[in-house]
Amino acid sequence: MRRKYQEALLTVPTLVWLVLFFLGPTLLVFFLAFRPPDPYGGVGPGWTLSTVRALIHPYYLTIAWRTLWISVVTTAICIFLALPTGYAIARSAPKRRNLLLMMVIIPFWTSFLIRVFAWRSLLHPEGPVKKALVALGLVGEQTPLLYNTGSVILVMVYTFLPFSILPIYAAAEKFDFRLLEAARDLGARPFPAFRRVFLPGIRQGVVTATLVVLIPSLGSYVVPDLVGGPSSEMLGNKIAQRVFVDRNLPHASALSIVLILAVLAPLVAVLLLQRKKAKPEIILEEGA
Amino acid sequence: MKRSRFPSAATAAVLVFFYLPILILIANSFNASRFGSGWQGFSFRWYARLLREAEIWQAARNTLVIALTVTVVSLVLGTTSALALHRFARSKLQRFHFTLIYTPLVVPEILMGISLLMAFVAAGVPLGLFTIFLAHVTFCISYVALVVLGRLQDFDYAVVEAAQDLGAGWWMTARRVLLPMLAPGLAAGALLAFTLSVDDFVITFFVAGPGATTLPIRVYSMIKHGATPLINALSTLLLALTFTTVFISRRLTRTKVLEGKI
Repeated sequence: MRRKYQEALLTVPTLVWLVLFFLGPTLLVFFLAFRPPDPYGGVGPGWTLSTVRALIHPYYLTIAWRTLWISVVTTAICIFLALPTGYAIARSAPKRRNLLLMMVIIPFWTSFLIRVFAWRSLLHPEGPVKKALVALGLVGEQTPLLYNTGSVILVMVYTFLPFSILPIYAAAEKFDFRLLEAARDLGARPFPAFRRVFLPGIRQGVVTATLVVLIPSLGSYVVPDLVGGPSSEMLGNKIAQRVFVDRNLPHASALSIVLILAVLAPLVAVLLLQRKKAKPEIILEEGA
Repeated sequence: MKRSRFPSAATAAVLVFFYLPILILIANSFNASRFGSGWQGFSFRWYARLLREAEIWQAARNTLVIALTVTVVSLVLGTTSALALHRFARSKLQRFHFTLIYTPLVVPEILMGISLLMAFVAAGVPLGLFTIFLAHVTFCISYVALVVLGRLQDFDYAVVEAAQDLGAGWWMTARRVLLPMLAPGLAAGALLAFTLSVDDFVITFFVAGPGATTLPIRVYSMIKHGATPLINALSTLLLALTFTTVFISRRLTRTKVLEGKI
């Protein structure tokens, strides 16, 4: 009995807080999508399906599709860069490894806005990157480097890359590199050995890295807002516009539901895939 | 076996990619030029201008007050939560509790921002510094809980039971046994909560309302309205603060590790 009392005492404060400020508000979003807006930026009485119906429109389909492909491309680039980096950090000598790790972690502690801003001034028409590229003859005087989909992806990769390196490094650190050496001794060339031995060995790290980049990418708002243009607007921008410009909360709710579903899809996919894979592995362990 | 040079080269390129933009920004904060389009001599003029910007200092004060209170409250809540998760790991309630702690970490910030905004509007809570505080505690709890939980899983709970068997009351046990063992985890959790609160923009922007300003909100509106050299100077100061904090925290954890070995 005393144990139950202790458990309640320790659990109830956070439980109440998170139900009040996390679970409740999230469920509220689903309700508000079916309420009509009132002209003062609030919510009117009664129920309606018109907001949800308004979402079935080519315009929103374009934005949802764009959000998806920008996020997928960003994630792919991050994983592509994080794989060799995580591998190199895991294989370096302890002292050097600590230094490299620290250098990957520091950007994680620095202000997100500042990192986006740094790129905004770099890519500016008068900025150093533009001048260097023009001097090298790689781009014309008129080519804009800022306010397009390319700049959005570049800056998203910049801000999310540290998040993808850490899980891949964590998995690579536990990997037995003698397996890789064995594969090489048996005649595998470096890249096939990497792909057939190392990659399956760190699968869990790659899955985690994919999720930690893909999910926040889908919800991106600041990056497309500060370095993107009208042609690179994402779902996050639309949600913010409905809140701050149109002051239409039901519409913002409906768009948020689309975003919630988009975020849930990869999570559920990973969960299902892992459940399928987990079973044979357990049998294998027991057999051994 | 000959190793490929590619991974090291890629790592070097990634680090240059990480740091070059920040270094250029720092250099430009000392550039006398207004547009940063060329070097026009070393100058502290933007830092001097920064000192006279009353609005920035007001925003900095708000940020600091919010971050400190958020750190204290989320540290208490996160720690109790971690203790419950650790001690009663197998109960059904804790499984629900863990899901509730874990989910905020995978929800994109904008969703948390908008749902909190709607809850505050629906409940008629006026938006301002207080709603920012509530929102920050909400996302900091999860981080603190997981960091402290990680520390708890590292130590032997039998020590606590031994203390109680030897007649220590719960207060004595908490103060003399639990607290010293948890200290590094608590410090790490507090530092994380403080940093997350100081740095948060998206959620804050949604729940701030028109009147309340924090440093990130101020920086955002400066970016939008093009006060470039001032932001360079402000960013450099903030970066210096971050580097010092990371350095000190590394120092703290290093000595803690050594103590543990003795």
